[in-house]
Amino acid sequence: MSVRVLRGLSVTVLLALLGACHAVVLKPAGDVALQQRDLVVASTVLMLLIIVPVMVLTAVFAWRYRASNKQATYKPDWHHSTQLELVIWAAPLLIVIALGALTWIGTHTLDPYRKIDRLGAGRPVAKGAETLQVQVVALDWKWLFIYPDYGIATVNELAAPVDTPITFHITASNVMNSFFIPALAGQIYAMPAMETQLNAVINQPGEYEGFSANYSGAGFSNMRFRFHGLSEAEFRHWVQQVKADGGSLQRADYLELARPSEREPVHHYGKVADGLYDAILNLCVDPQQMCVNRMMAIDASKNSGGHADMVMNDMTMDHDTPDHADRHPE
Amino acid sequence: MSTTVTTVDDVRSFYLGEDHHPENGTMLGFWLYLMSDCLLFAVMFAMYGVLGGNYAAGPGPKELFDLPIVAVNTSMLLLSSITYGFAMLEMARNRKLATLTWLAITGLFGAAFIYFELTEFIHLIHEGAGPQRSAFLSSFFTLVGTHGLHVSFGIVWLITLMVQVSRGGLTAANRRRLSCLSLFWHFLDVVWIGVFTFVYLMGVLR
Amino acid sequence: MQDRSDLMNFIFGRLSWDAIPFHEPILLITFIVVALLGGALLGWITWARKWTYLWTEWFTSIDHKKIGVMYMVLGIVMLLRGFSDAIMMRIQQAISFGDSTGYLPPHHYDQIFTAHGVIMIFFVAMPFITGLINYVVPLQIGARDVAFPFLNNFSFWMTTAGAVLVMMSLFVGEFARTGWLAYPPLSGIAYSPDVGVDYYIWSLQIAGVGTLLSGVNLMVTIIKMRAPGMTLMKMPIFTWTALCTNVLIVAAFPVLTAVLVLLSLDRYVGTHFFTNALGGNAMMYVNLIWIWGHPEVYILILPMFGVFSEVVSTFSGKRLFGYASMVYATVVITILSYLVWLHHFFTMGSGASVNSFFGITTMIISIPTGAKMFNWLFTMYRGRIRFELPMLWTMGFMFTFVIGGMTGVLLAVPPADFVLHNSLFLIAHFHNVIIGGVLFGAFAGITFWFPKATGFKLDVFWGRMSFWFWLVGFWVAFMPLYILGLMGVTRRLSHFDDPSLQIWFQIAAFGALLIFFGIVFFIVQLVVSIRRRESLRDLSGDPWNSRTLEWSTSSPPPAYNFAFTPRIHDLDAWWDMKTGGHQRPVEGFKAIHMPKNTAAGFILAMIAMVCGFALIWHVWWLAALSFVGLIGSAIAHTFNYDRDFHIPAAEVARVENERTQQLAQLASVS
Repeated sequence: MSVRVLRGLSVTVLLALLGACHAVVLKPAGDVALQQRDLVVASTVLMLLIIVPVMVLTAVFAWRYRASNKQATYKPDWHHSTQLELVIWAAPLLIVIALGALTWIGTHTLDPYRKIDRLGAGRPVAKGAETLQVQVVALDWKWLFIYPDYGIATVNELAAPVDTPITFHITASNVMNSFFIPALAGQIYAMPAMETQLNAVINQPGEYEGFSANYSGAGFSNMRFRFHGLSEAEFRHWVQQVKADGGSLQRADYLELARPSEREPVHHYGKVADGLYDAILNLCVDPQQMCVNRMMAIDASKNSGGHADMVMNDMTMDHDTPDHADRHPE
Repeated sequence: MSTTVTTVDDVRSFYLGEDHHPENGTMLGFWLYLMSDCLLFAVMFAMYGVLGGNYAAGPGPKELFDLPIVAVNTSMLLLSSITYGFAMLEMARNRKLATLTWLAITGLFGAAFIYFELTEFIHLIHEGAGPQRSAFLSSFFTLVGTHGLHVSFGIVWLITLMVQVSRGGLTAANRRRLSCLSLFWHFLDVVWIGVFTFVYLMGVLR
Repeated sequence: MQDRSDLMNFIFGRLSWDAIPFHEPILLITFIVVALLGGALLGWITWARKWTYLWTEWFTSIDHKKIGVMYMVLGIVMLLRGFSDAIMMRIQQAISFGDSTGYLPPHHYDQIFTAHGVIMIFFVAMPFITGLINYVVPLQIGARDVAFPFLNNFSFWMTTAGAVLVMMSLFVGEFARTGWLAYPPLSGIAYSPDVGVDYYIWSLQIAGVGTLLSGVNLMVTIIKMRAPGMTLMKMPIFTWTALCTNVLIVAAFPVLTAVLVLLSLDRYVGTHFFTNALGGNAMMYVNLIWIWGHPEVYILILPMFGVFSEVVSTFSGKRLFGYASMVYATVVITILSYLVWLHHFFTMGSGASVNSFFGITTMIISIPTGAKMFNWLFTMYRGRIRFELPMLWTMGFMFTFVIGGMTGVLLAVPPADFVLHNSLFLIAHFHNVIIGGVLFGAFAGITFWFPKATGFKLDVFWGRMSFWFWLVGFWVAFMPLYILGLMGVTRRLSHFDDPSLQIWFQIAAFGALLIFFGIVFFIVQLVVSIRRRESLRDLSGDPWNSRTLEWSTSSPPPAYNFAFTPRIHDLDAWWDMKTGGHQRPVEGFKAIHMPKNTAAGFILAMIAMVCGFALIWHVWWLAALSFVGLIGSAIAHTFNYDRDFHIPAAEVARVENERTQQLAQLASVS
């Protein structure tokens, strides 16, 4: 019994505290995260339909059939009832069917690769609306954001105009990370030599927290950035500001930047080398390195019966040689 | 726990009067082990399936594999399986010397197989196509090498059993051991057929 | 390692004085404490002249009961280590805010969370389930030992050797800083050049051999060695769950072995399976390790479902409700557990249909699990429930586990997972099922079968204290993590900027403190019970009025378990015997054929451990030597054909007559 009392008590206290704290997953500022929140809530309610009766029944049975209660019926040999067993398999089955349908629909509509078609409930994306493209690179231990349409780049600072669809192209320099802005949308892994995508929209202006949600080594705890949801005018101003701050991100600068570092301050780059993101994605920012996509093309041509000459001996492919001393400050 | 109640149950006895000898579980246990080994190979095959085309702009199967030699090699292993079968037949006839002879021949075929395989590996490494060259070669060397290691262990085991049979004769324990090794040996044969088809034939003829 | 001569490098490999953490006071103090306590223990054993006893009666024993007990001891010892890691993490996270960086630098903190996960899964939960199965299953099926008694001893020592390697990493070198599944490329040689990941690989490989062999062993035992009359559908439910678990072990652990082999080839040979360079694919590792990892979850929980089933039925004084559907549910879970692995990485970017498929298969597992829950519920219905300690743990489980199950299904909805993946919500979820399910199950099992193993019950007062501190401590420690997860806090962080989070971490740390007392009181319970064993003594062999065969023999059971093999007519065999008016045979004893003790298992495992250590430190000559030694010793062992003996009929008669007198005494007292 005291279990229940305790739980009741703790739930009340927790709910009170929860009201006071900022549960961003439950109160997000972007439509995708909002729909994900709704799915979390809907699934929880669906499951509570069965969880609550089970917990109540457990408590009731435990109390009613305690050994000291000699009034209660005692049927030591009763162990089977076809009807009851049908019910106990059918009840969870029905819940799972409902939840499964919800899952199938929700997973497809909230597929991170799918271009968003609404800015919010009842607000479809206008035909021919601009989409903001952002290229995201997880580095040891900071985030690089490249805006290909504006020719600018930033480190540990991300900005986007509200109510504008955003497409993130995400990769990583060497180890796996996860790109996550809880207020905006769910996370997706950032992996070296691979690209993932995320489509989202921010609805409310404000400053939000972004970070890596997948452990990536010593500096992981401080691998955080600010995400600014700005009005259209503010965003244009921000872009101008980044350009005005000068700074240029050429290949050599990138290689310097990619060296492991922690708590990196915000950098602005008004100029970005052409094709930098593709080079990062293919692990060939260093021109000595063969690009992964070129390597794969050569392999593919071999598979389709093409010529198998050893094309590559002029190039190295040691894509995995970080500066050990740097990555392990101890 | 009353002793006075004797209803219908007095016709039921709750204990076995005689000694209970459960069936020996060695063959079942060994077979289960082989299935787990099979999964190990399954993972290696899966790796080869996924990474087998990643030559990293380096050499592929067509440049590297010499089918005739591999075919000879394969026949060594297949023959060794047949000779092991003869050994088991002789064991069934309770002829110790004949059993040992066939086991020795099996071991020689196995050793020949390992020799050919090592020669191939050394050749590849000399050509600069070692396991470090590409993911394709990593998974090739690992899959084929894991099989080769199994065969090598099989040979060590075979020699051990030959010593034991020659010292102790075809006792029940030794027969059981020979049967286990037999399962193991034929199992490796089956795996090799997979390797030969999947890695060599499909690699070269594709 | 700086400018040593080639000879020194040859002799010691990577090993040098730098590997000993003199500069880390926490480790140094831990080392001193462990050394003092260990020294005291060894000194006491020497002083009490117990070495021979330990060696002949325990270390070399092939008796499944003793091996089972040793597994439990291993689990409890490692629980203390794993929990120390937990409480260190809780303290670090509770104080490391803003300007304070806490007391653990990332270099140390990252090892701790890795070690915590590895130890709790492989060296606490696994020994607990293997130990319980080892002890109980042969007794439940009326067998005299397992199918391969020597392998059983060997398996135990291999598991222990793995645990020793993990412990060694505390003081010689360091452990992995990669998280408990060591995802590459981070765990690859390029980004983890130290010995940490090598410790990880070799301790798991060595322990894994033990686990796999014990899986094969127990499977054969259950299939081949059941007493006559015990058809599959008359098998006790715990034996059923043990069978399914061992099927899972045999079918899942080879995948772990293989994937760790590939990772070690990447690290040692320079292959390119999981590297970024030259065509490697790290995501294959993630897939493969979870193809092992998800069944592993069910390997842990299924036997505990069996424990709860036995406990509920015994303490409700009723036959288990829906036995058949319980069996089917277990089998269905066994099969489905192979079809869900991808739900651990929905965020990798698979297509929506793939993600939905794996999400829905995951949800389907909740159907048989839910059915089990209802079966326990209806076993209690119209029962006479005695809230003895095992039942208390079971009630704690039923209330806790449903919440964990619910949050688990929630995480199986891919879009929900996108916002909760890798968050503290996930941490709260799996602790909710692993503590609420596996650990509570282990405690239920320990308190339930303790009197069988020792002949006396565990002290109730300290048992209740332990239970309540564990239960309340669990909720206080992990409720805040659910909330923090909803606040978007991710796992494995050693420092936080946002001060508003701190209160939650402080509450969680307080919860960990409560759990600490739960563990202390459990130890106190053991000590008090051993000291008061005479007043807690149970002579009947059946202290709970139970239903299955293990309670039909004396407590502790004789070495041969049953003087006469039981004949089975019904599901609850012992209940059937009790109600069917069985007569315990008191004469006509025969000599009993039993396996002999052997030191081979211990020796082989120790050589394997040395080999692992040498490989970790690149001491190649020692690795080669110990490997050859390992093969040589194994071969030498096969030349020993003299592996069994007969317990003479007179000896059996003596033991059984003592028992007869005991029971007569008991009957005259009552």
